[in-house]
Amino acid sequence: MEFDLQSALNDLHLDADWVGLRQVSENSTTRYIRDGNPEANRKSCTQGIMVEVLENGQFGYAATNRLDPQSIQAAAEQAKSQAIAAAPWAIHSFTSAVRPKAVGQYLSPRLQSSEAISVSDLVGLMTQVCETLKVSDKVVQTSALAQTVETEQRFISSNGSDVYQRFSFVETDYTATAQDGAVTQKRSDNGQLARCYQAGVEVFDPSAVLARVQQIGQQAVELLSAEECPTTTTTLVLAPDQMMLQIHESIGHPLELDRILGDERNYAGSSFVKLSDFGTLVYGSPLMNVTFDPTVPGELAGYAFDDAGMPATREYLIQAGVLLRGLGSLESQTRAKVPGVANFRANSWNRAPIDRMANLNLESGTTSFDAMIGSIESGIFMESNRSWSIDDYRNKFQFGCEYARRIENGKLTTTLRNPNYRGVTNQFWRNLVQVGDRSTMGMYGTPYCGKGEPNQVIRVGHASPMCAFTNIEVFGGAA
Amino acid sequence: MSRLSQWEQSFEQLCTLLLDSLNPDEHLSIDLAGEQSHFMRLNHAKVRQSGTVTDGEVTLRLSHRQRTATASLPFTSQATDRAAALHALNDLRQELPQLPEDPYIVLPQNYGSSHEEYPGQLLSPEEAPDAILPLIQGVDFTGIYASGEIVRANANSAGQRHWFATETFFLDYSMIAPSEKAVKATLAGQVWDIAKFQAQIQESKAQLQALDRPVKIIEPGRYRTYLAPAAIAEIMGMFSWGGVSESSLRQGGSALAKMREGKNLSSLFTLKENFSRGTVPRFNSQGEVAPDEVPLILAGVLVNTLVNARTAKEYGVTSNAANGSESLRAPELSPGALRTEEILAQLDTGLYLSNLHYLNWSDRVGGRITGMTRYACFWVENGEIVAPIQDLRFDDSLYTFFGENLEAITAFQSFVADVDTYESRSLGGALVPGALIRDFTFTL
Repeated sequence: MEFDLQSALNDLHLDADWVGLRQVSENSTTRYIRDGNPEANRKSCTQGIMVEVLENGQFGYAATNRLDPQSIQAAAEQAKSQAIAAAPWAIHSFTSAVRPKAVGQYLSPRLQSSEAISVSDLVGLMTQVCETLKVSDKVVQTSALAQTVETEQRFISSNGSDVYQRFSFVETDYTATAQDGAVTQKRSDNGQLARCYQAGVEVFDPSAVLARVQQIGQQAVELLSAEECPTTTTTLVLAPDQMMLQIHESIGHPLELDRILGDERNYAGSSFVKLSDFGTLVYGSPLMNVTFDPTVPGELAGYAFDDAGMPATREYLIQAGVLLRGLGSLESQTRAKVPGVANFRANSWNRAPIDRMANLNLESGTTSFDAMIGSIESGIFMESNRSWSIDDYRNKFQFGCEYARRIENGKLTTTLRNPNYRGVTNQFWRNLVQVGDRSTMGMYGTPYCGKGEPNQVIRVGHASPMCAFTNIEVFGGAA
Repeated sequence: MSRLSQWEQSFEQLCTLLLDSLNPDEHLSIDLAGEQSHFMRLNHAKVRQSGTVTDGEVTLRLSHRQRTATASLPFTSQATDRAAALHALNDLRQELPQLPEDPYIVLPQNYGSSHEEYPGQLLSPEEAPDAILPLIQGVDFTGIYASGEIVRANANSAGQRHWFATETFFLDYSMIAPSEKAVKATLAGQVWDIAKFQAQIQESKAQLQALDRPVKIIEPGRYRTYLAPAAIAEIMGMFSWGGVSESSLRQGGSALAKMREGKNLSSLFTLKENFSRGTVPRFNSQGEVAPDEVPLILAGVLVNTLVNARTAKEYGVTSNAANGSESLRAPELSPGALRTEEILAQLDTGLYLSNLHYLNWSDRVGGRITGMTRYACFWVENGEIVAPIQDLRFDDSLYTFFGENLEAITAFQSFVADVDTYESRSLGGALVPGALIRDFTFTL
């Protein structure tokens, strides 16, 4: 980041209660191969500054991609005039206490920088992935996507904040689509773009990648002749790559304080959770322990400070099934008067921060995978999300997976295709009867959590063990 | 000089510089997306956040020796853009030899040039709070106001130039009843008209009163259902996601595959792309220009798909200038015969759904879609609205609800503006009617 942000702040001629500058510079590459041919080779750079000004208890902002003193001065004046114009109608009168002084830095863990692999080598590996996915003529489409993202962010403010954070993301997606007559089945690498991490290009270890995609191709073909998932109510075991979605939709979003405060009612929706529920609501079974944890190395949404300057710490949201804390930033905590976390996040320089998930994890239990399956007389085991839908209060959900197996007499047996299940959030989590041990944990993420007005997609990470739920409605595809 | 004129001049200068610097046998297309926006977020009829965004991005697509790579970089309309763009072009030159040959490469062509500008009369960011907030007091009002200029442009080494600029606003809102049911509406246009705004707010307030009744719980099952235009627009969105795309059909990813095998929807169902409204540019990122109209499903029969130049080359079919993802840009579902005043009577007893929410394929190959009811949805008995309903989950196949169970389509259409603001403000929207459906399936 060559631009001198501190000088820009020092040189501002602006009389305001508080001023903050947040500069973001993001460089990404996309290598996408389909059926062995190049589909996209793309580099992208975005950079800009958001100026936030607090005046008369209201924040105003102005974001610009012009990095020169005159443009930043103009943005600051624009932000101040926004604050002044909106202040008489403000939903809350804020002070600079919601922008505490923060000083520090964060660097994503990585073993190898993106320069450690050449363009031709990475494209070559993606081509090899396609070739390996095509295990038979029944595989009609293969694809391999690799994205690397380097994001630098610096935040400084009139009350002395100076935070530098450098994030390195690697996001991959490998898929095989198989077809036999009217039957089409798709299998991917733990679900669409689920393998997203803070890492370096060490994740492109050819032997590990090619071994995984070989199985993906085989399972896509296997699903063509599989039985349809039956319609029944049974014990459901979910793999971590589906638990990710389950946690995200039915824990993460309903616990966002800005939803509970009503900010999202016109877009993403509200929540069945009330402010009075914190500390009392039995969210799920006593086996349920959920943490907000931006400190997990390598998980997608790790950071040291949120965009308000609040230090990021690990916090229990749900402990032994009881709801303790919401996903709310300093602004939301001030409005709601309940405890929250460091989750005031913007997806780039051109959007204002709002309450978001970061890393949201279900803590491991004590049951091994073999013991879990061995204890179930009849049930279904599902892996890898492929469909997701939930109501705007985060109650009634229906999720679908790519791949399933029957559980019969304590053993995994026949493969099932088009597996779906549905439920209502609290009932579902109260039916959590087994939580896998650390050996069953999986860590995934998504770059596509959407929310906010104006809209923002942001990266979130989710880790979970295998979990078993009783009395769940499951069903298959269209008749 | 106005901001739009400055942007256009800067883009022209940038294009000239880049195109003049090309080596023989190099092909370049240059795409621009930019906006100057004011966003004001509202909750409980108060301001939650307010600010402005000035953003622009140019994308260079360089092809040489059967290889293509793209680079996107900030467009600031300043002299510094030129050095950055030349650097990006050189970077692409270094990268191309490292890429494999692309058998389906599409080189820029000159399809003809265009220049469209739609100036508006918008509130300044400083005026907006006092213009909007006083009229929404006394109700629980939540939503977003967005306003300002949007630009899309394209130029290429074959000599083609396109410029599309518009000044628009939208106020997308929910007026929420104590029951937590809501009137959802959007006011959108190019001229802020206080009288129109007042009239719409009054209408929404009147509708809100209809929601102020106890909520009725409806058991899962099959019901006669009226889907209002906003609900239909949500379903139309699914046609852009594994639906009308030719590449998706070819690669096993489309829910409309059965239509290629001869399965049809109801003869009442006619869908086309209609660019004649001028709300979106007709050119795509390759500079191809779409026809005014592209019929897709005619009286229930799939007659065309959306095809871009790359897909056309790969599968030996003809392009109709679809965008990169072959999604709908200007969808129009044709009207039918059901008059507004007949809707409740024809529905008789069943569900009146104003909006749907969070749709997804529950079985894409089977055309099965699941989603939720949202906002103002009612139980109707004997042609009379009885009560708002507790939200229901539906799960049904488009081959059924747009097939044999599609009973009638309204004689009117509504323009449902696209108010998405992911990365940038969207353009356009869907022109759609309402629809009356037999035995729509609700599961939860």
